[in-house]
Amino acid sequence: MKNTIAERILDFLKDYPPFNLISKTTLLEVAKNVEILYFEKDQIVFNQNDIPHEHFYIIYEGAVRLYRFGEGKKHIVDICDEGDLFGLRPLIMKENYLMGAAANEEAILYGIPISLFNEIILNYPKVSQFLIASFATNTRDPFTDKHKGKLFANISAIQKVENSYSETQSAKYNKNPITCSPETTVQEAAKIMTEKLINSIVIAENKIPIGIITDKDVRIKIGTGQFKITDKVRDIMTSPVITFPENITVAEAQITLLKHKVSHLCITKDGTNKSELVGILAEHDLVLTQGNSPIMLTKEIKNAKDVETLKYIRTKASDLTKGYLEQEIPIYFVTKVISEINTAITKKAIQLSINEIGEKPPVSYAWLALGSQGRKEQLLMTDQDNALVFENVEEDQYELVKTYFLTLAEKVTEKLNIVGFDYCPAGIMASNTKWCLSLREWKNQFKEWVKDPIAEKILLSIIFFDFELIYGNQELYSNMADAVFRYIQKNKIFLSFLGKVTLDNPPPLGFFKQFLVEQDGENKDSFDIKSRALRPLVDAARIFSLFHNLKINNTIARYEKLMEVEPQNKDLFESCANAFKILLQFRTLQGLTYNDSGKFVDIRTLSKADRLKLKSCFKPIKNVQEALKLRFNTSQITQI
Amino acid sequence: MIPFFSRKQYPKFWKDHLEKVNGNKKYGNYENIRFVVIDTETTGFDFYKDRILCIGGVAIKNNKILISDSFEIYIKQDVFNKETVKIHGIRRNGDEIKVTEEEALIQFINYLDDAVIVAHHTSFDIGMINQALKRLNVGPIKSRLLDTNYLHKKLSGTNPYKKLYSLDDLCEIYNVKMHDRHTALGDALLTAYIFLKITSKFKKNKAVNLNDLLATNYQLNR
Repeated sequence: MKNTIAERILDFLKDYPPFNLISKTTLLEVAKNVEILYFEKDQIVFNQNDIPHEHFYIIYEGAVRLYRFGEGKKHIVDICDEGDLFGLRPLIMKENYLMGAAANEEAILYGIPISLFNEIILNYPKVSQFLIASFATNTRDPFTDKHKGKLFANISAIQKVENSYSETQSAKYNKNPITCSPETTVQEAAKIMTEKLINSIVIAENKIPIGIITDKDVRIKIGTGQFKITDKVRDIMTSPVITFPENITVAEAQITLLKHKVSHLCITKDGTNKSELVGILAEHDLVLTQGNSPIMLTKEIKNAKDVETLKYIRTKASDLTKGYLEQEIPIYFVTKVISEINTAITKKAIQLSINEIGEKPPVSYAWLALGSQGRKEQLLMTDQDNALVFENVEEDQYELVKTYFLTLAEKVTEKLNIVGFDYCPAGIMASNTKWCLSLREWKNQFKEWVKDPIAEKILLSIIFFDFELIYGNQELYSNMADAVFRYIQKNKIFLSFLGKVTLDNPPPLGFFKQFLVEQDGENKDSFDIKSRALRPLVDAARIFSLFHNLKINNTIARYEKLMEVEPQNKDLFESCANAFKILLQFRTLQGLTYNDSGKFVDIRTLSKADRLKLKSCFKPIKNVQEALKLRFNTSQITQI
Repeated sequence: MIPFFSRKQYPKFWKDHLEKVNGNKKYGNYENIRFVVIDTETTGFDFYKDRILCIGGVAIKNNKILISDSFEIYIKQDVFNKETVKIHGIRRNGDEIKVTEEEALIQFINYLDDAVIVAHHTSFDIGMINQALKRLNVGPIKSRLLDTNYLHKKLSGTNPYKKLYSLDDLCEIYNVKMHDRHTALGDALLTAYIFLKITSKFKKNKAVNLNDLLATNYQLNR
């Protein structure tokens, strides 16, 4: 049944500890059983030595003073106000109240049933920690401003300010860890792991964890022939294990895993590797409860004081990418997260640079990302492509203003370079006087590109059509984007030129369906996955989006929107989106494995399955290119 | 042969109601009295044409509002008034689970049990409920009735007949935070807060008993 009041009460409770630590469903149960009490000023809630009530109290409105009689005098122990808890004693121990409580001013209290809460305490260790801590502080004599804020001593409960439960949330882990003895053979252990569908097994003696083996150990140590399957697990296990006590939070788990570069943590009774094993926490368990690390990283970026810190954070972001991909988190999600981090880094670099100059920008401006960063598809460290637009200014001011922004851009690009985004070899950066322009100049530039398309110019300009606001004035950015769409609507022939250039991309497969590899140069015999497979999909998505006036940059998002706009071509665009996801993931993994941009793939290193997977992506490329030819009549301009 | 003048055969819920309310001995001890603070949302203000959309109620016992003893029900509509949707936000095909008027009344009367009803401008809510009961060939409701408007007037001692206090007025006077106005349960809760505050003021003067409270609006309990 709908229960409007209970929902309202939940809304109040959920903002205050320890209720913020409790799941919503449980909290609603609590809310449904609350009693509301009203007390006039100086009315007594309970007296010192009264037998315990069946409820403890949270103040909804007003204030309550706690007092104690001693040495013939009344001492005021504390004054609690909105959101504070009191009357906790019966919850902790079955004794009469040690203090009295009276309304210090008119007060409305919520009575929380103790019987209900006893169960919650068992399931939420953090809640009981919190209650014990606040109970302890209540019995001191803390009525000074210094102590007032610390009435609730449990810091981790208080620090949960943002509404994301995730970081301080207890990490979920497997509470029935599978173990075997050190004398077990590798084969037996592998059988157990297969049967129980687990990717690790803990080696324990008398319930004390002494080592662990994972899928990876079996692969590296057995698969390679280094050890035999008849060897004992003792010989191949990783030892000692990294341990942690039971009430581990997601954040703590993440930090520990990162710090020790391990994929599993053993949860033990007292947190050392000398005590009983009670659970096993895998990296995978954490990823399931996230977007959490990215939150931590963006927070760190916000607090960064120098470029070295940014560099360090970006390295951590790479690790995160790798983890995500290994765990097959959807690529769309991964690109979003990484783009957010890259955007945050760029913003910070701009802020730091402005501080260095010591002078605010003279007029409003916008920092733009171009190309893959503009499309939010940047997973690896790639070249930086950016530009800057500033407000139109009077001629006599222009030099001054432009000099300021060039200096700023110089500093920003330098920082980005240190972080790991190499300078753009083609000089497409805001620090280039050609790409640091006023709004009017940018409009003219786009107009020229659209009106007068020449192959060379188009190749150069393509990257500018995927521009995205990173930092600065939203209006400047929108103004520019609107203008670009207007020009294209007036000169649709431009799209035909764009299509023509796109079709000139080298095809992925030869006549006999073999991969077309590079004929010479440094990457001879490698497959150029970027130019031959990804780029055609990116380009096609761009042209169709410009055609439909879609203000979307991301390739997957573009295809998804196109599925809506052109329902008759839904299948085609869907296959393109899927192919793009697979290829992007492939390229990123390649890049992470070989620590490069992932542009070239050595076909010989690919498994048969991977080759088939790649080839399956080429059909959509061919189809969408056919569609481009027809739609934009690219054959009419073959002669140019 | 059908006895023409025999006592009407009432449905069970109504017989129970009459029985529970008549000669209840619990009313003597204030701490034992169960008050139910109610509010209804309706399609309009016409007792004959308009219908109840929703009934909300929450119990008070021994100066405590008991959330666990609350009631909320939505009624399927034949009559529908577009204008009042703006006020209460209940659409004809909204997503609340709705029951028939009969089902709602039976559940409501059962929920009431032997309680004393408290409302704001009680005669309106009870009037609507009585009309609905009439359609089931029962009624009018026999519970003791209290009205926060009259309780307040008695307390303030000013010009009891002329001024009508709105719920908003009383929230202002008694310093009750307003939220959820115009949902039946939300208004019921506000009325409950006001009732607690008013009765505590009564208590200050002398021990409070039901008769004193009922005396504030004798016309409701004739």
